[in-house]
Amino acid sequence: MSFSWKNIKRRTNLLIGSALVMFVAGMAVFAPLLAPYHPTEDANILYSEEPPCEQFWFGTDIQGRDILSRVIYGSRISLSVGLFTQFMNSVIGIFMGLMAGYFGKWIDDLIMSITNILLSIPTLVFALAVMALMGPGLINVFIALGVTNWSYTCRLTRSQVLSAKRLNYVMAARALGYGKFRIMFNQILPNIMGPILVISTLGVAGAILLEAALSFLGLGVQPPTPSWGGMLAGAREKLFTAPWISIYPGMAIFLTVLGLNLFGDGLRDLLDPHITQQK
Amino acid sequence: MTELSNRTKRPLLEVDHLHTSFHTFDGVVKAVNDVSFAMNTRETLGIVGESGSGKSVTALSIMRLLKSPPARIEKGRILFDSIDLLEISMSRMRDIRGNRISMIFQEPMTSLNPLFSVGNQMSEMFVRHQGLTRREAWNRSVEMLEKVQIPSPGKRAREFPHHMSGGMRQRVMIAMALACDPEILIADEPTTALDVTIQAQVVDLMMKLRKDYGAAILMITHDLGVIAEIARRVIVMYAGQVVEEADVISIFEEPRHPYTRSLLKSIPKLGDASTHGRKRLQEIKGIVPSLADLPAGCHFYPRCPHADPICRQGEIALEEPAVGHRVRCIRHAGL
Amino acid sequence: MTNALLEVEDLKVHFPVRKGLFQRAQTFVYAVDGVSFQLNKGETLGVVGESGCGKTTTGLAILNLVRATSGKIRFKGNDISEIAGLPVPDQMRIRKELQIIFQDPYSSLNPRMTLNKILHDPMKIHGLYPGSERQDRIEFILKKVGLTPEQGKKYPHEFSGGQRQRIGIARALSLDPQIIIGDEPVSALDVSIQAQIINLMVDLQEEFNLSYIIIAHDLAVVEHISNRIAVMYLGKIIETAPVAQIYHRPQHPYTRALLSAVPIADPRAGRHPIILKGDVPSPRHPPTGCGFHPRCPECSIDCDIKPPELRSLGKEHYVACHYA
Repeated sequence: MSFSWKNIKRRTNLLIGSALVMFVAGMAVFAPLLAPYHPTEDANILYSEEPPCEQFWFGTDIQGRDILSRVIYGSRISLSVGLFTQFMNSVIGIFMGLMAGYFGKWIDDLIMSITNILLSIPTLVFALAVMALMGPGLINVFIALGVTNWSYTCRLTRSQVLSAKRLNYVMAARALGYGKFRIMFNQILPNIMGPILVISTLGVAGAILLEAALSFLGLGVQPPTPSWGGMLAGAREKLFTAPWISIYPGMAIFLTVLGLNLFGDGLRDLLDPHITQQK
Repeated sequence: MTELSNRTKRPLLEVDHLHTSFHTFDGVVKAVNDVSFAMNTRETLGIVGESGSGKSVTALSIMRLLKSPPARIEKGRILFDSIDLLEISMSRMRDIRGNRISMIFQEPMTSLNPLFSVGNQMSEMFVRHQGLTRREAWNRSVEMLEKVQIPSPGKRAREFPHHMSGGMRQRVMIAMALACDPEILIADEPTTALDVTIQAQVVDLMMKLRKDYGAAILMITHDLGVIAEIARRVIVMYAGQVVEEADVISIFEEPRHPYTRSLLKSIPKLGDASTHGRKRLQEIKGIVPSLADLPAGCHFYPRCPHADPICRQGEIALEEPAVGHRVRCIRHAGL
Repeated sequence: MTNALLEVEDLKVHFPVRKGLFQRAQTFVYAVDGVSFQLNKGETLGVVGESGCGKTTTGLAILNLVRATSGKIRFKGNDISEIAGLPVPDQMRIRKELQIIFQDPYSSLNPRMTLNKILHDPMKIHGLYPGSERQDRIEFILKKVGLTPEQGKKYPHEFSGGQRQRIGIARALSLDPQIIIGDEPVSALDVSIQAQIINLMVDLQEEFNLSYIIIAHDLAVVEHISNRIAVMYLGKIIETAPVAQIYHRPQHPYTRALLSAVPIADPRAGRHPIILKGDVPSPRHPPTGCGFHPRCPECSIDCDIKPPELRSLGKEHYVACHYA
């Protein structure tokens, strides 16, 4: 495994992926500087449903708000939901996976049963149920997506722990008197972070899609706060008459998810010793 | 008549200045660096060397089984029965491989397909190389299994590779390798993965079959004991080069290359310590050099007890100080 | 008997084979099936046998890295068979005294830790040496195993196989143990490197007054390094004796076959190996009576009925065979 520039350079997917992700991240961070208008306050009913023109590059929506500005601000919601919920998923998943893999026996059976149940319910349905209970809103989106989607990380971590556990350096650590948690977190975890990082990157993309779906269904971030899913929801009836209202936020979602997936794939190739350490 | 006698004099296999490299991201690894040797019909030639000595890559180059890229045969010729194996097409090579030259490997499990029964896989070969019908091929397979001393071969032929022990699988591989009556059998560490008592069984079997089949055997191993037992002539390889070649008695009794000498002295011999008391082993200092970064001149120079500055000046040639005894060392005469 | 440093008494390790919906153990792998021996101070015991004979599992069970099914393990007279059940300070004291070196120098070192950290952590965990002296101690150990203090900042992948095995030895030494178990310590190394490691281990034994249990399949290596040999077959010790006795007067038919099967690096040796029939039976279904009887060239009438006990032939020579 090597992060040298020589190795990174060879992976086109990683390069394109990280360029896209950095572009979206740049949009989110510098939104106030980049956006030509305010995303919510600069509404002017006179300019309702303007097609793309010099004044409004991406056109305007029903209330006459600049779509470009709303897409730029929308990246803040999408990225923060994606990163925060996947962070929660990773923390829960890694911890559960370590416990299940290292201790085995009934702990393993219990945790695996929970993930089996979670995996048998479609995530969107589960998230919808949680949202219905707690009511819509950004914080509730964080929670709903953060606690429902850790099964994949957990299962991956568990399988990695099971194979790492048999390695001699873990045996040696036990013989040297390392404590259980020190072995789990200091010996095993750093060595299995590669694949977990990859699946987490892909998880961010998944979370962004879920957030868009929730907002599209009206259970996510509430208007007027701009979110890509919410923008699509508002544009549903105008799909044929004013397609620009839905095309641009749709493209934003597409490019962000594509970027994250390419980045994740590239990262996996880079971390996979079978590919990099070719002899 | 004259043509016939010429042909019989010619070695069966001639490897001529073979250079094989691997082109990796980290640079060019010269795995085989100017290797030449010849092998006669019915001869048993041993190649001994450590990991990275180039012994297996030499064998795989002969079989043209190296994956390219990253591997590349840069230079050299491999003449088998006056055919240059490096020049012919892949489909012609496939007719030779498994038929006239066959090979067995260290880990037989990886060379057998887990999804087909052993008999099935053996039959496949008879159908392909000898054009037998399915039924004939099956019967031949059972016959071959019997030849390699597998008990109840009829029943065993219907079993799958994972039902068999390591020793049994290696017998199956030997049966498959000998099935088409090859002229050369290349054995790459065939006993290394096996236990001592099973190793003895397999070596014993190979010796018996050599008499019956008359195939020339190219035995590749790191185990000097196995070499001493099987080979008539021995090639010692180090860091991609042949460093010494001689008949087996000379290699063990009058080794001329410092590497061969040091290696023979460094291994503990069975019965020595319990008879003469524990003595300190003579170790070879240093580490095996990386093939991507070989020392200039003699590759053994950094570890050699007789190293001299002149050893680093240019490539060292393989000399022949006595008939049939070749050595790659400038200072061999003075040692 | 009383001055033994380590005593193992009737050690058994049976692994359950789980099957079916409710994962009930239906059969067992009898990996170690009644092993007894002792190790004296400063001594090296060589444990030899073929794969699946239980030699590695025996080593791991002594360190409590796999749980023993039954049997006693005593270190200086104290029962350590259930380390996990002891109070933590006692656990730590025992861990400190018994260390292990593994076969594969690649998987035995944590790839994410520098050499310094690999050696420093164990001392910290055990509270050995004041913090300020630990670095000196690391440098001392590194020099002892033939590495330089400057190499301490490197990661395992920057070292060759032989050097990694030196690191493995250094790690075992870092706690200043009394017993080191070497599980095939040289068999993964290149032939030209093996002698370096064997010599190093012999030197360290003298200097630190270590006791070794060397588990290996290479009979010449074991002979060179050991004082006493135990030969294992199917989870049992079938013969044990001082090294000269084993190599010159082997009594068990299996020991004889094993010794005769070793290829000798001398083309004039002209040895005649005893070729055993068949394969080692599976430890899941060991044969009745003597475990070796299906392959034994000298098998006799009641060998498949009565399991032979390890009995003394005098001169510390024990053998488990009715006819030896």
